[in-house]
Amino acid sequence: MNRNIESRAWQWAGHSILLVYAAACVLPFLLLLTSSVTDESTIIKNGYSFFPEKFSLEAYRYLWNESTDILRAYGITVFVTVVGTTLSLAITSMLAYPISRRDLPYRNPLAFYVFFTMLFNGGLVPTYFVFTQVFDMKNSLAALLIPALLMNGFNVLLMRTFFMTTIPPAVLESAKMDGAGEIRIFYSIVLPLSTPIMATIGLFQAIAYWNDWFNGLIYITDPKLFSLQNILNRIMSDIQFLSTNAAMSARASESMMTLPSASFRMAIVVVGVIPILLAYPFFQKYFVKGITIGAVKG
Amino acid sequence: MQKPTAPKRWLTMKTYAPLYLLTLPGLLYLLINNYMPMFGLVIAFKDVNFSKGILGSDWVGFKNFEYLFKSSDAILITRNTLLYNAVFIVLNLIVAVGVAILLNEIRNKLLARFYQSVVLLPYLISMVIVSYLGYALLSMDTGFLNKTILPALGMEEIAWYNEPKYWPYILTLVHTWKGAGFLCVVYLAAIIGIDQEYYEAATLDGASKWQQIRSITLPLITPVIIMMTLLAIGRIFYSDFGLFYQVPMDSGSLFNVTNVIDTYVYRGLMQLGDIGMSSAAGMYQSLVGFVLVLLSNYVVRKINRENALF
Repeated sequence: MNRNIESRAWQWAGHSILLVYAAACVLPFLLLLTSSVTDESTIIKNGYSFFPEKFSLEAYRYLWNESTDILRAYGITVFVTVVGTTLSLAITSMLAYPISRRDLPYRNPLAFYVFFTMLFNGGLVPTYFVFTQVFDMKNSLAALLIPALLMNGFNVLLMRTFFMTTIPPAVLESAKMDGAGEIRIFYSIVLPLSTPIMATIGLFQAIAYWNDWFNGLIYITDPKLFSLQNILNRIMSDIQFLSTNAAMSARASESMMTLPSASFRMAIVVVGVIPILLAYPFFQKYFVKGITIGAVKG
Repeated sequence: MQKPTAPKRWLTMKTYAPLYLLTLPGLLYLLINNYMPMFGLVIAFKDVNFSKGILGSDWVGFKNFEYLFKSSDAILITRNTLLYNAVFIVLNLIVAVGVAILLNEIRNKLLARFYQSVVLLPYLISMVIVSYLGYALLSMDTGFLNKTILPALGMEEIAWYNEPKYWPYILTLVHTWKGAGFLCVVYLAAIIGIDQEYYEAATLDGASKWQQIRSITLPLITPVIIMMTLLAIGRIFYSDFGLFYQVPMDSGSLFNVTNVIDTYVYRGLMQLGDIGMSSAAGMYQSLVGFVLVLLSNYVVRKINRENALF
């Protein structure tokens, strides 16, 4: 009896705390969504609100019809995500597989070469100079794809562990007996057996590319090459500029012409997060698995 | 062990050549993306002059470091970086373990799954998007707080982006909001891994839920807690650039409470053109960060070899 009450109290407490926490996670997104469908003059009068006085789809109509900049940025984001994730999976697995082979001479020095990059790094300033001075990547698509994101030691070692623990050496042996070369073994035996790790790492890479704004911030100044995140970033810094330099009215009114309306800005954010939110239920399984394998063994 | 003779060694290398070939793109990438910048750290000892090229610029010894550590900035950014991260580590730990325990207790598995999905949502979006969510709440003229919440409470509007005193709380809140879900998944996996027999035995002995959590769940996930915390401490000298740059909207009046090493290095390089200071601060971060990673790993190794990085 007593136990029953205790257990029910736990359920109630658990549900109420989690419900509040879950609401805190969802409500900001909801505010974003309602703001994007609010009539512009209503926003100016009442601020962003969950229950707008007057609805309007004007922001989306404008986004669809007028805004070539946004559509191009969207295209760049999609391109960078697809190409970046593919390249990333390719070079990560190509490096991880050989160092997973226990018979490979010099595998330990190779693994250390990968591993050391996780301990020590040169930081922003030298990295910036390497990519802008040594490799002339400023204002190029390569700058969105290559620096920092393409591959990291952590993923290589994660994949190596997967290869070592799930691909039976006997399978590789028998393929070799049948006369298959190393490269052929890699792509026709190892890779097909590795879809779980590929899906997990590919997912994290895709999210990283989709969400990246840092490479664009430091390497891209040409608005034609902006990804969606960079456009959003630029709008935000314009807003900040206006609010801190309100006194400079001439410049302010001039910029005001180009600054997107309050609801339009939120509509851009919505189209930026919608693909992730829509895809989330489908990739959640791999996502949760990725978090736990990454944490357990890094 | 006998050394392989020359022809034999050549044969080995030949059989493994395709495998070495596979590693080339990856090794090359790490060379460019990771090792070249490491050597590039020497620019902290130079007075960078673009007309002479970076390698051709004059050596100035430790002058950049002297300037950096004489300025009040060095102490400020170090203090901010360490304090924020320390608070983040503690708070994330408490929230994540707490939520993981509750998620495990919930009997309705469908709802538990729903909660878990939802608390991970903030982790999926970029800091730029987070700054827009923050702006929708905090904006002076159109923010939800200023226009709806504060008037309802009969309070004055607040110029959030110009008031440093609120930002330690805002940043902490945003960081926990965005990151705790991730850690929660890790701890939940650890809790699920606990053998159910412990709980059955405890229930037979009449232990309450609270007692079970205190004497079974918490002790059994302590190793995971220690590992995760030590790894975070190893990274305490690095901060989330996006959080400190995007969420306060790069607002100058907040720098005292929002400037951390990463934002300082960025502003020195990209906005102020003060490459000397910037690279000195960057090297300071790299070196102290390296020592801290080694130290925390050393401690992890003492506790549990399995979980150590090396």
